[in-house]
Amino acid sequence: MNLSERLENAAVIGAAGKMGSGIALLLTKELARMKLSPEGQGKVYRLALIDVSEKALDGLLGYVRSQVHKMAENSVGELRVLFADRADLVENGEMIEEFVGQAMSVLRPSTDLNGAAGARIVFEAVFEDEDLKIDLLGRVREHVDPDAWYMTNTSSIPIGGLDRKLELNGRIVGFHFYNPPAVQKLLEMITTYTTLPELKEAGLELAKRLGKKVVPANDIAGFIGNGHFIRDGLHAIGAAERLREGGEWAGALYKMNRVSQDWLVRPMGILQLIDYVGVDVFRCILEVMNRYLPDRGLHCDFIDILAERKILGGQNPNGSQKDGILRYEKGRSVAVYDPERGDYVAFDPNGWTGEADRQLGALPDGFRPWKALVRDRKKDEALAAHFSALRVSESEGAKLAMEYLKTSKAIGEALVKDGVANSAGDVNAVLTNGFFHLYGPINEYTG
Amino acid sequence: MKKLRKKIFGCAPAHTVFFGPGRKEFHPKKPRPGIEHYILEAAKDSVAQVKNPGALDQGVVGNFMAARFNRQAHLGALLPEACGELLHKPCMRVEGACGSGGLAVIAAANAILSDMADAVLVVGVEVQNTVKAMYGADILAGAGHYSRQRKDGHVYFFPDLFSRRAGAYYEKYGREDTRRAMAEWYAQAIENARRNPKAQEFHNADPDPRATAMTEPNAKAFLEHINVFDCSKVSDGASAVILASEEGLANLGVAKSDAAEFAAVAQCEGNLARDPEDPARLDTTAAVASKALAMAGAKPSDLGLLEVHDCFTITGLLALEAIGLAEPGRAAPYLLDGKARFDGECPVNATGGLIGFGHPTGATGVRQVGDMVMQLTGKALDCQVKIGDARPYAMSINMGGDDKTLVSFVLRAT
Repeated sequence: MNLSERLENAAVIGAAGKMGSGIALLLTKELARMKLSPEGQGKVYRLALIDVSEKALDGLLGYVRSQVHKMAENSVGELRVLFADRADLVENGEMIEEFVGQAMSVLRPSTDLNGAAGARIVFEAVFEDEDLKIDLLGRVREHVDPDAWYMTNTSSIPIGGLDRKLELNGRIVGFHFYNPPAVQKLLEMITTYTTLPELKEAGLELAKRLGKKVVPANDIAGFIGNGHFIRDGLHAIGAAERLREGGEWAGALYKMNRVSQDWLVRPMGILQLIDYVGVDVFRCILEVMNRYLPDRGLHCDFIDILAERKILGGQNPNGSQKDGILRYEKGRSVAVYDPERGDYVAFDPNGWTGEADRQLGALPDGFRPWKALVRDRKKDEALAAHFSALRVSESEGAKLAMEYLKTSKAIGEALVKDGVANSAGDVNAVLTNGFFHLYGPINEYTG
Repeated sequence: MKKLRKKIFGCAPAHTVFFGPGRKEFHPKKPRPGIEHYILEAAKDSVAQVKNPGALDQGVVGNFMAARFNRQAHLGALLPEACGELLHKPCMRVEGACGSGGLAVIAAANAILSDMADAVLVVGVEVQNTVKAMYGADILAGAGHYSRQRKDGHVYFFPDLFSRRAGAYYEKYGREDTRRAMAEWYAQAIENARRNPKAQEFHNADPDPRATAMTEPNAKAFLEHINVFDCSKVSDGASAVILASEEGLANLGVAKSDAAEFAAVAQCEGNLARDPEDPARLDTTAAVASKALAMAGAKPSDLGLLEVHDCFTITGLLALEAIGLAEPGRAAPYLLDGKARFDGECPVNATGGLIGFGHPTGATGVRQVGDMVMQLTGKALDCQVKIGDARPYAMSINMGGDDKTLVSFVLRAT
């Protein structure tokens, strides 16, 4: 059974979640495309969307419909070719509606695992918790095709362990989409020595069909993306701890967030990124990594305290950022959480934040933020100039940034040395594609 | 050639802002005024310029596709709302695709020439930003021959028809100078629009529109032979003008010096069911222009101002040749020599034209007449050009579809 045959009956488990909904959308488009192709004539395509909440599934259908509609509108030229033989479809609008209708007709939402009955390929995107995944996939296995393939959207849990515990005999791969899956180009694919060769091949083909760039990662907890991100975050929190020297957290956290965003020319500060991912998700990944990679310092009291106090970050249903390490108003950070005070400390440009900025010192002359450089073809030259200025600067900001840059590089190099990534290029590809960094961690900017 | 059997004047011109992408205050997701707002604003502004609105005998609305863009047909019956004096008087809406505005003026002129009216309010209107571009393209494709052309047509149906005309023209007369002349057309449209606060491109601050317009056409992203700068944009707007006989002017209480006189009123129809014989020529445009000039007793060299239907830059070039200002294939040097510029020998589209002022399809023909009246009565403000005795005539060309419904007027000062 080839990939296309398997996709005729597919299922997404955890379909209404943040990652699941994006995966569901990508698959809806692909199944609709297959259904409307000459080979798809007369076949029945079904994409089971399984989740625990009826309400969430309802919301998912609305989301998929609106997104498929947008996509159809933006590709009317292709639809005019696709529907060239349909005499009843003449106008752009008629073709768009027909495509959306055909796409929606493949969806089978259900709160019951039996909704996935007979599925030949299963996409799992539930919360990043190993026990939960094992329990759920074990139950899913009772309903789907006995020979089904499993694509698990884990960002940290070793695939080999899941394969053994679920007795899948190599019928599972890590298919790690980046958030949001419908937009992010990067897909980390994790295989083990037991993975079926045909599944590995099909994974690459499917990623291509979904418009993704695949970076292969080996089966070591955290893989490449989180292998770097988690350690990068721990460095920032550790550096803040050292910076405060027993004093106030607020200024130190504020400084590390600014240094990581401005001095390192990243799209967002590291604390904001942890909030975006979710403090609880960060903690879960950290626990998984610590379990599989003990005695490597993969633990963080600060994160534990926040998680216990339900300072969790993540997004509201409308996509806006929830308060985490930072507090947000209209998408901008306005305060930082101080675990000793047990409360947020509001930014005060005339007071402590102004003082922290003064201590960091000025950015190098000609500094341009990430936003200004991202579309600049000569960004490499600009970055080289920026970092060579940092190397000779005595400012606190420059020193923190250089220390950060070196740590980030060391993390990247260790991922290659430890066999998580096959090459420095793969590490850099994950950070530039999945995290939108302008440069990979393994670079010459450290001097 | 028939002459006008009695004098007709145009007066009381009014335009709303021509709104859409390009205007600073435009945001696709913010609510906007609907079609009724535009009709009322333009009509009221026009009527307020006459002392005695009771002298209005009829009203005409030119509109292309409000029934689809706005789900509102029956626009004639909105005129009594704009002007209470029109209640229980004849009002109607006329349609001829993007030539609807010109047809509305024709309808008013016919009423006066037949002695059925002495003063007629004309409003042209279209509100197109109600739908996204790909749906708007469906609606505008109604100006083509649906049963024959639409199924095999492009996503952007009309731009594609004119892209093909451009391709045929490049083939026949050379591409390089033609592309440069199309860019020159765009740049002049933008520069003229910057003098016109009601123009859609009034806020355009591009420091080098000629370079911008030289962007290489890309069939994958848009079309093979033209780029987006070669196209007029999607616009909302309305224009109004009053047509009157000599007696009508007096009854309205409008001084002759505030009116311009029609020297010619011309209309020609092409055959919707046929493709053009030579896509590098606008035959129906040539026919209507020669008819209008003959009626006015004028030559192209007598024109001191031109209002051309530049829905696309290539259409502007083809129109110059159809009118006879340039020989076939010679529009490029005509433009590149600066003859059509604001300070040239015959300024073209001094308020920006369809590309600069905007193209609310049903409004355009009325807008052109209103602009000629403003110019000939010295009321064009920053857009005022000098129309001397050597070239006393202003002429408009308003086109519906792909050279199918053509309307042309020649006006002169009183």
